[in-house]
Amino acid sequence: MANLVPVAKTTGANRIVPTISIPYPLGDPKTPEEEQWKLRYSRVGDALDALETEIEDQKVFQVS
Amino acid sequence: MDKKAVVYINQFFGQIGGEEAADHPPEIQEGAVGAAQALAAGFEGKISHTVICGDNFMSSNQEEAVSRILEMLEDIDFDIFFAGPAFQAGRYGNACGAVGKAVKEEFEVPVISSMNEENPGVDIFKKDIYIFPGGRSGAKMQEDAGKMARFGNKILKEEGPFPADEEGFFKRGIRHQYFRPDEKPAAERAVEMLLKKMKGEEYTSELPIPEVDRVEIAPAIKDLSQVKVALVSSGGIVPIDNPDRIQSASATRWGKYSISGMDRLDNRSSQGFKTIHAGYDPAAADDDPNRVVPVDALRKYESEGRIGELHDYFYVTVGTGTTVGEAARMGREIAQDLKDAGVQAVILTST
Repeated sequence: MANLVPVAKTTGANRIVPTISIPYPLGDPKTPEEEQWKLRYSRVGDALDALETEIEDQKVFQVS
Repeated sequence: MDKKAVVYINQFFGQIGGEEAADHPPEIQEGAVGAAQALAAGFEGKISHTVICGDNFMSSNQEEAVSRILEMLEDIDFDIFFAGPAFQAGRYGNACGAVGKAVKEEFEVPVISSMNEENPGVDIFKKDIYIFPGGRSGAKMQEDAGKMARFGNKILKEEGPFPADEEGFFKRGIRHQYFRPDEKPAAERAVEMLLKKMKGEEYTSELPIPEVDRVEIAPAIKDLSQVKVALVSSGGIVPIDNPDRIQSASATRWGKYSISGMDRLDNRSSQGFKTIHAGYDPAAADDDPNRVVPVDALRKYESEGRIGELHDYFYVTVGTGTTVGEAARMGREIAQDLKDAGVQAVILTST
């Protein structure tokens, strides 16, 4: 789970799930707690989906 | 030059014998023995002693052989250590590297070797000692020993840094801070490079990006509800007293911290976790460390049965300024710990 997707790509990560920023990858402090939780729960869910997805090449996953 | 050197060579180059003498235990003799004389020819100081050890003795009893050699050197006063040249001889290259590395760490003297690029000792030890590219066989003895001796003279007389590109040894991946003779600041150099790039001209980056090392794609996990999942992060989240003293930049250490029984990571003001990462504004992570290491979300998935269980520890280091070499080593160590704990899936979060 990375915000700098190009860096994740060059370092050779195979399953990449984008996050929203560098200092707060999974919860923007400027938004309400509830929204942060929803984002975090959803992105981590995307990462779990990615772990269950068969891939042929390095892949950046779509986030919901 | 009033400097003293000790040389390490194997049984063959020490004139003890060939393969039949490869079990010869380490010994030390005064002066430049056997092939050490090829170094003596170019070295401006004095070769006070030669250490000789059989290649098989070294490879099958490496720890003992190295510690015996360190003991032999304890009462000897020397300024520099040469090992080899080892050419393409694998066992000998490994021996030169292992002894050289130990000598450097124990006595803090420069250590210089020479090996053919195909010698496996190069990749294992090039970060630890100076290794010059050498020939395939002893036919290149004069040439290879000459390079070692010349660099030995230089390193004892001059202040560094000694850039690998200029000196010719295998790159060690060590960064040096120094003042450029032209005193041109980084901003100007960067703009010059950018202009050249835009014009399609040649330029040389000051920060070469290491070649991409492709990681084999792991197969998908069929059913996460039967699997132990762990969290690993380069975001520097640690207990607030940073018990392992992980560095804020250019990290060489990593930590594993228990989250057993925790529904979420408590924040800094409740004496829980904080970030020590010097590469990003810590405010959001200190306020809620789950933004970087999402323990709370994985606990929820655990309670829903989406994953089998969340591993009792999360693993962390700091990913700013950290060299690829150190990062790879820490990655291997963490992966081994995860395997030993029966973890089958990992979510890595980066900042």
